[in-house]
This record gives sequence, structure tokens and C-alpha cells, in this order.
Amino acid sequence: MTLASEAVWTTEDVKLCGATLRLRKGGAGDPLLLLHHDIGSLDHLPFYDALAKRFTVYLPSHPGYDGSERPTWLRSVRDVAVMYQGLLASLELGHVSLVGLGFGGWIAAEMATMAPHAFRRLVLVGAMGVKPAQGEILDQALVSYIGYVRAGFEDQSAFDRLYGADPSTPQLEQWDLNREMTFRIAWKPYMYNPTLPHLLGGVRSRALIVWGRGDKVVPLECGEEYARALPGSRLAVIEKAGHFVDMEQPEALAELISEFAAGS
Amino acid sequence: MHLMYFTEQPMSAYPVEAGREFGATALMFSNRHFDPVAGSRLYNEYLEHYKLAEEVGFDGIMLNEHHNAPFCMQAKCNVFASILAAMTKRVKLVLLGNPLPLADNPVRLAEELAMIDMVSRGRLVSGFVRGGGQEQLATGVNPAFNRERFEEAHELIIRAWTQPGPFRWEGTHYQHRVVNPWALPLQKPHPRVWIPGVLSKETIIWAARQRYPYIALSTAIDATKKIWELYDSVAAEAGYTSGPENRGYLQRCHVAETEEKALANARQFMWMQGEFTGLAHPVWSTPSGYFSPSYRKAFVEFAVGRGANPRAAAFEDQIRDQQIIAGTPKTVIPKIRRLLEETRPSIMGFWTSDGFVSNADATSCIRLLGQEVLPVVREMGKELGLWSPFEANAPVSIKEAKGPAPAAA
Repeated sequence: MTLASEAVWTTEDVKLCGATLRLRKGGAGDPLLLLHHDIGSLDHLPFYDALAKRFTVYLPSHPGYDGSERPTWLRSVRDVAVMYQGLLASLELGHVSLVGLGFGGWIAAEMATMAPHAFRRLVLVGAMGVKPAQGEILDQALVSYIGYVRAGFEDQSAFDRLYGADPSTPQLEQWDLNREMTFRIAWKPYMYNPTLPHLLGGVRSRALIVWGRGDKVVPLECGEEYARALPGSRLAVIEKAGHFVDMEQPEALAELISEFAAGS
Repeated sequence: MHLMYFTEQPMSAYPVEAGREFGATALMFSNRHFDPVAGSRLYNEYLEHYKLAEEVGFDGIMLNEHHNAPFCMQAKCNVFASILAAMTKRVKLVLLGNPLPLADNPVRLAEELAMIDMVSRGRLVSGFVRGGGQEQLATGVNPAFNRERFEEAHELIIRAWTQPGPFRWEGTHYQHRVVNPWALPLQKPHPRVWIPGVLSKETIIWAARQRYPYIALSTAIDATKKIWELYDSVAAEAGYTSGPENRGYLQRCHVAETEEKALANARQFMWMQGEFTGLAHPVWSTPSGYFSPSYRKAFVEFAVGRGANPRAAAFEDQIRDQQIIAGTPKTVIPKIRRLLEETRPSIMGFWTSDGFVSNADATSCIRLLGQEVLPVVREMGKELGLWSPFEANAPVSIKEAKGPAPAAA
């Protein structure tokens, strides 16, 4: 990716439910709300720039993650989903496409159940939120910060390229802060909502489920469950990618989303 | 002085090699290595040690609990406290303590403790702890709300003991339709509460604000002095003068007939490689949200092997700093005197043996301490004015100090 193709990104503070959230915005085109992973997000990623060529991308830091203030009262992922409904209202955005990555995919799925017709497109990538029937969602409470993030990459050189082979202490502290916030809202049951599969049946937004073939964080069977539960949805499996499809196959994922969004 | 006997109740009867190979034995080391036959023998040996401790003159028996770990066989200190309530006649039963955040129903704890106090005829000291990092994972309790749960459960238990029911409790972490336990402590206004700790400043500050004695767990003398500086300054802010009656210390101290034997047995205090609460995996012992933000950098660096364990120290350093004392009665007494003179605690716990120390040596150590060391320490306490909360008739809490004078326990 060359510098010339990179979008201009701006950062602003948005006040929501008493907390100040950090909102990144970039690109041009139809509005797209992008929800990041539980580990938080780097400011710049090729995937974001690739999406920004086709969409106006809104990328908030989840409440309590990265630069966003922690609402001490927040207790569930559904609470976050409601906050983001408020964010869309305050930005006066309607009929946006909603893309959720991993943990952000869970938030997106909850948002879709709250407003069945509201989203132009719904894309869930390696989404947490439903309980696997056979396997388990990898429990970050039992693995190190670095071990957990590395587990999300099929190709470890991609991790090294993005975070450095030995990530900095400030990065570790940020992962710890984000992990603490994840515990505050998703400790038990860990990383799923038992009522979600039932509620997904009411969603009327067109949905695409995307999974990395090598996802060792959320089992592929969860993608199949989402595809069963979301009416009219389909599952696309991306090769040579683990949980962080966005960081391992940014161009392929952006292309898939753009094509899905372009369809009628 | 109040002199207590303590053992971690080590479960040393498992294949050592398997433990070493696995590494961190706290939390995930498989319990297929747990041998209930050996467990039964050890529990009963420990009960004999407690009986002996009362016979030879200790004033109290200190109990604690941990989960999923060979370094401590007590999974519930209230169970041993219940047994000892009936089995012993004189010693205080000092629980240091019940891990409050692990309780989903603190009223149940209030009931259990009241029962122990009544059965023991008013000998309960009810300490409370936050529980170690692994404990949160072993019991599925959210580490991010550990301190909030600790404080709320404490408030609820004290209310259950002191405010006639029924009343309703609508808290942040606990909600109860009807709080009205038909089991109340014998001691009035309520059993004494002592708070043990090793690292968290927040806990020292909290204990000082409540006017609860703080029990420093085997900290080095210089670190212990800093604890008392902080405690005393918080006490002054809270409007009272703290003294020895607010200060406790847990001393690892092994006594034997010879120096060599004492030192060899004292090395067993390192059987978890110096880790105070068992051989911990750095990630499991420090789950996110469990420690205060001021330790975040130190613990994330520890968790990835970039920094030293903020809690562990080498055996030689611990001997030098007197965190571990070992010797004959004659040689340990001056060391204990130094500790008393420099840090002035009135509550002294003696953690006498650990790891693979034989039953015979562990028993002999208790006997030697009781017969040859405790009488001397008691005299030192009088000479230095180290009056325990019982001797000083100190108020059980800041709240009670402000109210009517407490009745003698």
C-alpha cells in the first residue's frame, strides 16, 4: 500500500451517556460503522484504509478501551450496543453498514437484534457472542497479553510486523487496560450471551458472516451458528487467516465487504 | 502481646517432579496428583499441631484459605475454625481470613462466623482478605470488581452482625430481600476484625481508616516500617493515634535443636520458590483489574517475563532481612527482639514450618517455641509496651470507637 492511497483520518471526542468516546473517521462514501476487537486497535491499519476507499468509516474506541473513557456503570456487551445506537443517533446516521470484528462482531450482532431493519448491511467477522457447541472460545484470563494476541494470527510474521516481535511496555499496559474492561462487561458467561442466538432470528438486515479458516480464538462452528441464526445470511471462510482476518487479509476482507455492500 | 501459631497446611504429598515440570502449581496443576489418603493423614497431623500449640502456650491459632493449590490445603478456613472451636478451649481463632469477594452471599459468611463465635464461646477474630489473583480464577469471580466486592461484603457482614433484622440490602454487587440471620456473634459489638496483607497500599489505607489492626505478612523490616508510617498517617487523618495494638506481623520462624537443622528446615519456606502465595503463573496471579492501577506497569512487565516478581525474594535475602528466622531458641530470640524493637507489633504470628518438613520436626518446633521462646517474647512485649488489642481493650473499629464504649469480649 502506498502513501498516496491512504485516507485522511481525523480523531474527535464524542460525549455519550456521560462518557467521552474517541472516534476516528476517514474516507468517503456510504457510512460504515466499524467495531474493533477486544484487544483494542492500532490507529493505522491497511484494512481501515482499504475500507475508506469505498466508505466513510466511523471507528469508535469502545467505552473503556484505548482512548475512550471507562463508564464505571457499564456491565454488559448489550450496554455497549445500546451506547452505539446512541452514537449513531447523535451523529444523525441512518441506514449505515455495520462491520464488527471479533468482540466488535458480538456488539454488532447485539445492535442488529435491537433494530432489526436499521442496518444497510451487517458483517460479522470471527464474532464472539454465541456459545460454541463443541469447542471453546479462547479465554484470555488464562493466557498472557502477547500469547492472546499471537493466538489470533495464523501467520506470526504478521504479528511481528504490526506490533514488533517484542511489543512495548505501553502496548502491554494498553492491552491490560482493555482486558480489564472486557472482564468488566464479558466475564461470565465468558464471551457469549445465551439469549443472542434466539434474538438473531428477528434480524432483517442483510448479513454476511466471515471467518478465518485458522481462527483459534473463536471456533468456526460459531460462524456456522451465526449463519443458521441470521435469516438469509451466508458464511464466507477466508484462507490464510486466523481470528484477526482484518490484520492478516486486509485487502481480501475489504473487497468482500465492498462487494457485499454493493449488491442490491 | 498476642502470639499466634500458623501453618499454610502444605499439601506436600504429590510427585515433586510433576509439579516442577508443570511449573506454576497454583490454579492449573492437575488434581489427579492429589492423594486423598495423604490428605487425610496431613489434615489430622495439622489438627494435632493446633492442639499442641494451645497446650504449649500460644494465644491464638491463625487460619487462612486458598484454592486449587498444593501450598495450602485449607479450601475453607471456616471449616477448620469450626473444628477448632469445639476442639480447643482457650486460644483465639484468628481467621486471616475469609476472602470476601469470592462470596456470592456474604450473609451466609456472617452466619458461619457467628456460629463459630458462639461455639467457641467468643474466641473468634474475623479477618477478611481480597483473595489472591488465582483465587478469582479458581472461583470464577470477576477480578475487576474485587475491591468493590470486598468493601461491600464487609459492610453487609458488619451490618448483619450489628443491626437488628430484618432489613433489605440493595447494593452494587449484592442484593438481599431479607437480611435476618438467626445466628449472631457472641462478642459485642462484634468479633474483632484484623486485615492481613503484603503489598497493596490500598488495603493498608482501608484497614487504618476502619481502625482494624493490619497484619503484615512476612514483609522485610524496612518495608514493614513503611507500612506503619502509612498506617499511622492515615490513622492521624482519621482522628486517632495508632500504636502496637494496630500492628500485627506474621514471622516465618523455624526453631530446632541445632542451627544446621533449623536452617535446613527453614529452606522449606522456599518450596514454592519464594512465592508467597504458591508457585504462581504470572498471568493467573495478576488478572487484569485485580491490582490497583499504580501497579499496572510492574505487573504487565512481570507477566511477560520482562520484570522481576514484585513479591518474591531469594532465601538468602529473606534470611538477611529477617523475613525468615531460623535457629535454636537461643539464636532466634535476639532476632525476634530486633523485629519487636524496630517495628513494634503487638500481634505476632509464628509460621513455623512449610513444605516437606517432617511431622516430627514440625512438632518439635512448636514445642520449642512454646517452651523456650514464647515466655521470653511475652516479657519483651511487656517491657516494650506492646499491648495487644485485647490487653489494650482497643475499640473493635473506628465506628465503635465513636459510639458507646465496647463491652469486653
